[in-house]
Amino acid sequence: MIMINLIGILLIGGLLAMISERFDDKMPRKVAMAVVLTDLLYLLMCLSGMPEITQLQAPLANDPSTWLMHFKSDWIPAFGISIELALDGISLLMVLLTLVLGAIAISASWTDIVVRKGFFEANLLWSLAGVLGVFMALDLLLFFLFWEVMLIPMYFMIAIWGHENRGYAAMKFFIFTQASGLLMLISVLALVAINHSNTGVWSFSYFDLLNTQMAEQTAHWIMLGFFVAFVVKLPGFPFHTWLPDAHTQAPTAGSVILAGILLKTGAYGLIRFAVPLFPEAALNFSYPAMLLGAAGVVYGAVLAFGQTDFKRLIAYSSVSHMGFVLLGIYAWNELALQGAVMQMVAHGFSTAALFMIAGSLQERLHTRDMRQMSGLWQQMPRMGAVAMFFVVASLGLPGLGNFVAEFLVLLGLFKVNAWITVIAATGLITGAAYSLLLMQRSFQGEVNKKWADHGLIDFGSREMLTMAVMMIALIVLGIYPQPVLDTAHPVLQSLLELTTEPVNTVAEVVR
Amino acid sequence: MNASMFSALAPILILSLTAVVLMAQASIKRDQAIASMITGVGFVLALFAAHYARDFAQPVTILLQVDHWSLFFTSLIIISSFVTLILSLETFSPEGERKEEYYLLLVLSVLGAVVLIQSSHMVSLLLGMELMGVALYAMIAFPEKGELPLEGAIKYLVLSACASAMLLYGFALIYAATGSLSYLGIGARAAEAYVQNPMLIMAGSAMVLAGIGFKLSVAPFHMWTPDVYEGAPTPVTGFLATVSKGAVFVALTRFYIDGNLHQYSGLNTALVVLAIASMLIGNWLALRQENIKRLLAYSSIAHFGYLLVVLIALSYMDDQLVSQSITFYLTAYLVTTLAAFAVVSTIAGEDVKRQDISAFEGLFWYRPLEASALTIAMLSLAGIPLTAGFMAKFFVITVGIQSDLWVLLGVLVLGSAVGIYYYLRVIFAMSKSSQGGEQTANKLEKILAVALIVSVLLLGSWPQPFIAYAGGL
Repeated sequence: MIMINLIGILLIGGLLAMISERFDDKMPRKVAMAVVLTDLLYLLMCLSGMPEITQLQAPLANDPSTWLMHFKSDWIPAFGISIELALDGISLLMVLLTLVLGAIAISASWTDIVVRKGFFEANLLWSLAGVLGVFMALDLLLFFLFWEVMLIPMYFMIAIWGHENRGYAAMKFFIFTQASGLLMLISVLALVAINHSNTGVWSFSYFDLLNTQMAEQTAHWIMLGFFVAFVVKLPGFPFHTWLPDAHTQAPTAGSVILAGILLKTGAYGLIRFAVPLFPEAALNFSYPAMLLGAAGVVYGAVLAFGQTDFKRLIAYSSVSHMGFVLLGIYAWNELALQGAVMQMVAHGFSTAALFMIAGSLQERLHTRDMRQMSGLWQQMPRMGAVAMFFVVASLGLPGLGNFVAEFLVLLGLFKVNAWITVIAATGLITGAAYSLLLMQRSFQGEVNKKWADHGLIDFGSREMLTMAVMMIALIVLGIYPQPVLDTAHPVLQSLLELTTEPVNTVAEVVR
Repeated sequence: MNASMFSALAPILILSLTAVVLMAQASIKRDQAIASMITGVGFVLALFAAHYARDFAQPVTILLQVDHWSLFFTSLIIISSFVTLILSLETFSPEGERKEEYYLLLVLSVLGAVVLIQSSHMVSLLLGMELMGVALYAMIAFPEKGELPLEGAIKYLVLSACASAMLLYGFALIYAATGSLSYLGIGARAAEAYVQNPMLIMAGSAMVLAGIGFKLSVAPFHMWTPDVYEGAPTPVTGFLATVSKGAVFVALTRFYIDGNLHQYSGLNTALVVLAIASMLIGNWLALRQENIKRLLAYSSIAHFGYLLVVLIALSYMDDQLVSQSITFYLTAYLVTTLAAFAVVSTIAGEDVKRQDISAFEGLFWYRPLEASALTIAMLSLAGIPLTAGFMAKFFVITVGIQSDLWVLLGVLVLGSAVGIYYYLRVIFAMSKSSQGGEQTANKLEKILAVALIVSVLLLGSWPQPFIAYAGGL
């Protein structure tokens, strides 16, 4: 029930936020913030009553009772579809990340949104609810449902409150994810149909579908359906083209959620579903997948280098960073997977912060064009310093979370394929180049006369508080990453065991 | 004929009686309010009759097959017609014009649709289709002063007549080959007749398919659809899109199953071609439409393409899941389409300019209820989860996968991806900020729109009861 409540609080909170606008214009954001914090507190309280997660035995992928939480209730019994939610270490990390970044996104929307505030906060909370569902659903149809439905509030956020080219960006975002989602739906249904013909039972439960036996060729195609859907969301090269548009055009809070959380659903899907459901097919596919990952790292970095739009640069840097996640997942060993999980968390914070800075700049300067910015540090020293921190975090400075993540990925990857590691490592250098370029162009250099007498307002206490949360998070992740690693460890361990088990070779598999 | 057969025919009898009463009323006192009342009462009684007839399910003569499946669709059609009736009240209310005949035409058309649904014989198929169609010509052209309605009606009349001719000739050829006009009779001799006269069977069924394909407006027989949709008064368009097409599809399904037509691989290939063409052409041409009714016209072409996938699957699997899928899909499609037309009718009325998508700008902000309703209808047509349209697509894909129809599924994905664009365009237009004038909306229509939307959401989020019910039909 805890998990249902987590989602329910956000859904109802969204309604409340929308209604509260009738009483006071400034109410919705407060209500929304209260709702997210309540949700977070509720989760932490529930967790405190449970045994230490690192003490738990590894959650067995095929036995829900070993998971941290498990909930199952019939939904459409005619097809064996149920409302099945479960939580293990990785989902827990992602859920926590979602709620924390959700609060940060609401803070980002504090002054950014000026019209229809109630509906905005409602959409924000609903998309958070959808994301939580994605991270917890273990019935494949329920997962698909959350996967698709979380897009609708996101679509509205881009289409209604976005920047100048919002219609195009929102449409592109929706069509990319929907079309790839349909491929996943077909894959899900194909997998279920195979399980049905093997066992005679309809079931969409993850636990029933693991170890479904099928011909190698079939597994390959079904796996590809999942792969494409997740890689579009990740986004991996060459399916990333929706991302720069969507991120650039979204309002700040939307960008924070998109980059910080939504992208992670793709990575989560790969770890949770694409590989474990089809261990052999997925690992046979690991070489092309890693090549795509390395291509993403390099390509994203090169394109980021060429951008003049502040937000677009960050968007492309996301493509580059998420390339590391793809590499880490398909290297499929403990080190690399730990790196991937770490990257998901660290990138969530660093990018969210950078997008907030971009949003603040846009709010003050009404442009995102870096050619028109220069020497802003002079006028806004606090913002400059904060930007510097997150820029170096993003380029992978040792001591901060992103470094740990990328280092672990490269370390794990080296054991698998040295050459791809070399290519991916160049991403660190190019990363440094575009990150510093961003800093140099906007905050350093001569003061642009245009803004000299504009009276630009520096970060206030609300912004500094929000930034401080993310800074502390990144520093902690960088200096003492052990808790995160420990939380993910048992899950990764059991997933790795699952895929190394001798898979029965089925000589003759019925379709 | 015995008493229980008459009981089985109760819905048809009541609808016929309603038509007679309407005619009598028009000759005594012409009054639109009374006419619409009689129609409404007739529909409600017919609905009860359809429920009552469930206990007497049986073949009635050789012409009609009254069973739970056809009675379910009879009820569905009558409910849809009731919705049409309520929408018509607003549309045909201007004083000083005589509109009573419209209600008579509506009842006759519904009667035709019900006969069509229950038909088990080519004669009743043709009778039902013609009764429904002929009444529809007049309904389309009913606003006699408009140019567009007249154009639409003539287009529909001429092409429909051609289609009927094709159909008849097809019947003749099939009769020549099998010596039977009833579906079951054809089914029993299908295999044998094919060996003796493959050409006759192929040519005959191809012509039947063309005739029915025209009524369903599947590509390439879809040319009339956008013009007629645009020209007809909005409630009539809704009626055409739901009742007329739904009834024809039910008839086709029965003909296909009982007539054992799915064993002809040639016919199946033809259906595959029709399905692919409909999914691609429907979705593709909808992209460029500015008028919402034209957009819905093309979208319906695509939807019948999806539905054909299920029919094609009949050749590869048992008909239990197939007929369940058809029941679900048609119900979802009917409810969603009616919801869409109900909203369009409330917002835009009969003003062609206000039917443009650009005229919907800002609707979210000054008419949130209608805008939300239309949004959900569009999402359902696009097949987004939690709506009826998603579960419908779920059925199509499940059936397609079990029959290994991978090419069709590929086209379905492609078509749906394209489709999202134009459905979203409508939603996007509504979410734009613009100041639109406040309009007073009819209370009744508002309630109707809400009720339909709630059923769309219920079918999508809690489909179990309906799936169980449809499985037992």
